[in-house]
Amino acid sequence: MPDQEKLWRKLGLTDEEYVMITGQLDREPNPVELAMYSVMWSEHCSYKHSRNSLKMFPSTGPQVVQGPGENAGVVDIGDGYAAVFKIESHNHPSAIEPYQGAATGVGGILRDIYTMGARPVAFLNSLRFGDLKSARCRFLFDGVVSGIGGYGNCVGVPTVAGEIYFDPCYEHNPLVNAMCVGIMPKERLVLGQACGEGNLVVLAGAKTGRDGIGGVTFASEELSGASDVDRPAVQVGDPFLGKLLIEATLEAVEKGLVTGVQDLGGAGLTCALTETASRAGSGLEIELERIPLREPGMSAAEILISESQERMLFIVEPDKFTALEQVFKRWELDLAVLGQVATGEDVTVRHHGEVVAAVPAESVAGGAPAYMPQSREPAYFKELAGFTSPVLPLAECAPALLKLLGSLDLCSKKWVWQRYDHMVRTCTVQGPGDDSAVLRIRETGRALAVTVDGNSRYTYLDPYRGGMLAVCEAMRNLSCSGAVPLGITDCLNFGNPEKPEMFWQFEQAVAGMAEACRVLDAPVVGGNVSFYNEVEGEAIYPTPVVGAVGLLDHPEQRCGIAFNEPGETILLLGPPETSLGGSQLLKEYYQMVKGRPQEVNLQMEKKLQELVRLLIRKNLARAAHDLSEGGLAVALAECCLAGGCGAELDLVSSGRPDLTLFGEGPSRVLVTVKEKDRHRAVQLAEAAGVSCVELGLSGGKTLKIRSDGKNILDLELMAMKEAFEEVLPWVMK
Amino acid sequence: MKWGVIVFPGSNCDLDSYYLIKDVLKENVAYIRHDASKVEGFDVLILPGGFTYGDYLRPGAIAARTPVMEPVRRFADAGGLVLGICNGFQVLTETGLLPGALYRNRHLQFRCVETLVQVENSRLPFTAEAAEKDLLRMPVAHGDGNYYLPADQLRELEENNQVVFRYVDSQGVPDPAANPNGSVENICGVCNREGNVLGLMPHPERAGEEALGSEDGLVIFRSLLKYFTSQEVRGGA
Repeated sequence: MPDQEKLWRKLGLTDEEYVMITGQLDREPNPVELAMYSVMWSEHCSYKHSRNSLKMFPSTGPQVVQGPGENAGVVDIGDGYAAVFKIESHNHPSAIEPYQGAATGVGGILRDIYTMGARPVAFLNSLRFGDLKSARCRFLFDGVVSGIGGYGNCVGVPTVAGEIYFDPCYEHNPLVNAMCVGIMPKERLVLGQACGEGNLVVLAGAKTGRDGIGGVTFASEELSGASDVDRPAVQVGDPFLGKLLIEATLEAVEKGLVTGVQDLGGAGLTCALTETASRAGSGLEIELERIPLREPGMSAAEILISESQERMLFIVEPDKFTALEQVFKRWELDLAVLGQVATGEDVTVRHHGEVVAAVPAESVAGGAPAYMPQSREPAYFKELAGFTSPVLPLAECAPALLKLLGSLDLCSKKWVWQRYDHMVRTCTVQGPGDDSAVLRIRETGRALAVTVDGNSRYTYLDPYRGGMLAVCEAMRNLSCSGAVPLGITDCLNFGNPEKPEMFWQFEQAVAGMAEACRVLDAPVVGGNVSFYNEVEGEAIYPTPVVGAVGLLDHPEQRCGIAFNEPGETILLLGPPETSLGGSQLLKEYYQMVKGRPQEVNLQMEKKLQELVRLLIRKNLARAAHDLSEGGLAVALAECCLAGGCGAELDLVSSGRPDLTLFGEGPSRVLVTVKEKDRHRAVQLAEAAGVSCVELGLSGGKTLKIRSDGKNILDLELMAMKEAFEEVLPWVMK
Repeated sequence: MKWGVIVFPGSNCDLDSYYLIKDVLKENVAYIRHDASKVEGFDVLILPGGFTYGDYLRPGAIAARTPVMEPVRRFADAGGLVLGICNGFQVLTETGLLPGALYRNRHLQFRCVETLVQVENSRLPFTAEAAEKDLLRMPVAHGDGNYYLPADQLRELEENNQVVFRYVDSQGVPDPAANPNGSVENICGVCNREGNVLGLMPHPERAGEEALGSEDGLVIFRSLLKYFTSQEVRGGA
C-alpha cells in the first residue's frame, strides 16, 4: 500500500507506531481512521515521551478531589466548594500568529475549567520572549499580550497574575502558558465521560470549519523557517461565543441536564469522542453529516480533526434534551445531536450512511506507546557549573541595582497588566505585581491565592535544582500572601525529547519538581507538556512553569509585599547562603549565564514557609516578600516601590557586599513587623528553627544600606522608580 | 426601592453591580434579560459593562437594538433613571439616549487602571450626595472609551451642565496625563438634557468597598438611594 505508507509518515506517525496501530486494530486503518490515530497519538495528545516520567509526581492528598487525567485538577477549598485549575501551553501557534495563538490558548484553558462545571474566576499566564531588540520579538510580545487581553477581557474573567522573562533562546520560539482557575460547589463536578447506553451525544457552539486542521501535530514538531505555511493550523477564537458557552454550560450543569461534558480542543472531535468513550468504557455511534459546517465539501477526516474553537460536547439523557435545548436557545446557541452512546467500546462514525471509521476508543485515546527515551547529560552542564564568580566593586552596587530594576526581566510589568482587566467580578483583593494574587470567594467568605512561577536559567544550569526551585518559589509566593498551598499544575516546556540531552533536562527537572512537591505537600493535579520547542535545532532553556493555588481563611488575612508604614522592623528569614551562579546580576551585569543555583534544603524551605504563614496568620507580619531574582537588594527595592516607603538597613559584614546584595538562594523571605511585635516574631522564628536577622527599619524616601559602618548603597526611591517603570513603555514605544 | 441590572449577551460586569447593590447597599436588585419586553416595577435601571455581542460592528451597537431597549427608552422618556457604565454607556450613546460617541482609545490599547474623576455636576439624582469638584478614585477598563462630540455640540453639552465627570490630576486639573484614552476635554461621564440618564466610562461598582481599593464609587449609588428615599418620604407625607 504505497499511498497509505506515505500517508502515515505525512501525518507524523513512525513506521513502528503504524505497526502498533494495525496490531491494536487487527487490520490496516483506513485513511479516516489513520487521521484520527495520528492526532491522538501525537506528542501533544498522547504524552508518549513524558508519560513515564510524569508518574514521579505525587498527585494525591486529602484535599485532592480530582487528580490528573480529566480536563482539569480539582481541590477542596472547604464549605462544600472546590477550586478547579489547569495550565496549558500555546507556544507554537503564538510563534506564528501571536494574537490568535494567545487568544485561543486562553479560550482553550477556559473551556477546560467550565467543562468540569466550575465558574472561571481568574486567568494567569507565564510568557517568554526574545530580548525585544528585534522588531519580530516586539511584534510577538505585543501580539500575545493583545491576544490574552482580547479573549480574557471579553469573557469577563480577570487576568490577575503572571510572569514574563526575556532571553535570546526564546527569540523564535516564544512561550505562552495560560492558566485558569474556577470555583464550584463540589457536588456539581461533571466529568468528561460518555456513560449510559442510549444517551445522546450533543455538540454545541461554533460551526466546524477547516481552521486548526492538524494543530496538535504541528505542535508536536520543531518549528522551522517554513512554519509560516502552517498558518492554517492556528485556530481563530471568538470570545463572545465563548462567553455564551460558559453561561449556557454552567446553567445546564447547575440544572443537572448533562451527564458528561467535554470541550473540543486539540484534536477536535476525535479527541472529545474517543476520550469520553474510553473514560467510560462505552461505545459511540456518530453521524457526521449532522455537524453544522462552516464551509461545504469538508471531508470526514477534516471534520473529525478540525480544531475550530468554541465547541462543547455533551452527553445527555434523551428526556432532558428539550430542557437543554431551551437553555441553549436562551443564550442564542444551537445544539446538534450527533448520535448516541452505544454498547461495546468502539467509536463508529458514519458519513451519509457509510461507515467511515470504526475504532476502539481506548486504542485511539490511550493506546499510544509510552517511550523510554534515551537520556544523556549534556556537555555544557559540567562546563558551566564550574565557574568562579566575579567580584562586583563596592562603587558599582548602586548602579547595578538600577540596572537590574531596569532590566526587562525584573522591571515593572504594568505596561502588560494594565491591558488586562484584572478587576472584573470584583473579587480581586490583591492584583498583579504582588507575590501572588488573592481572590475573595463570595460563596464561602474565604480567599484563594494564585501564582505562576519558573526560572528557566536555573533549570538550564541545573535541571534538578531548577525544577525544585520552581516548585519552592510558587509555594513560597503563596505562603508570602498568607495562603496554605493546596496543589499545583505544571506546564513543562522543553526541546525535542528524542534528543538524549533534551530528555535528560526533562527527566532531571521532573525529578526535582516531584521531590519538592512531596516534601512541601503540593500534589500535582494536572498539567501539560510542550516538547519540540526548538527552531532549526536550537532549543529553548528547559522551562518548567508551576501554577499554584492556596487557601486563606478570609481575605483580610492576606499579606502584600509593600512597605506601607515607616518605623517597622525589617527581618530577613531563612539561611544566609547565596550564590551568584545563574543569578540575574550575572546575566544583566556580566552577560553571563554560568554557575549553578544554590542548593535547596527542602526541609528548611518547608519550615520557613510555615513560619511565614504563622507570622501572617498571627497578624505580626505587615509585609512579606520572597527573595528571588536579584536577591536581597531587588526584593527590598520592590517592597519600597510597592508602598512608596524607603528603608534604612545595617547588614552584618560578609566581606562580599555583592553577594549579600545580589546573591540568590532559596528559602528566604523578608518580613516587616511593628516594633512591639519584634520580639515575638524573633521568638517564633527561633522556635521554628529558622534563621532570623534584623536588618533595619522602613521609612524615608531612600533605600540606604550600610555594612561595616560604610554606605554600600544609597538610592532615592524616585531614581529606582524611574528605572523600574520606564523601561518597558520605552522599549515598546 | 428596586434596582434592575440589564443583562445582554456578552455583558460581564452585571454581577459586579448586582452584588454591590445586594451586599453593600443591602437593597433589592434583579437581573433583566435583553429579550424582556417590559421593565416595570424598577426605580433605577443599570446597563452594565462588558462586551455585548463581542463588540462586533461597534461596541454597544447591537445591544442598542435588542428588544429590551424599547421599554428602556420609554422608561427614560418618562423620566426614569438610567445608569450606563462602560459598555452600558456605549449602548446609551448608540441608542441616542446620550449624546456623543465612544471611539477606540487613542493609543489603541485596552486600559485597566485607576483614574481620578472630578464631579462636574452634583445636582443630579446620581450625584447629589457628592459636592461639586469632589474627586473620586474609580478604575476604568475599556478599549473604546475615547469620548467624542463635535465642537458645537460640545459647547451645548457644557452650557447645559451635561458634563458630569472629567478625568483630572490630584489637583483637579483636567490634564492630558490624567486622561487614559484621549477623550475630548477629559470628559468621562455625561447625562442627557433632562438629567435622568447618565453614562460613564469609569466603574463606580468596582469602587464600592475598601477591600477593592476604593469606596468612592458608592456616592453614585448612595445619591440614587437618597433621592428615592426622600421622594418616598415626600410621597408618604
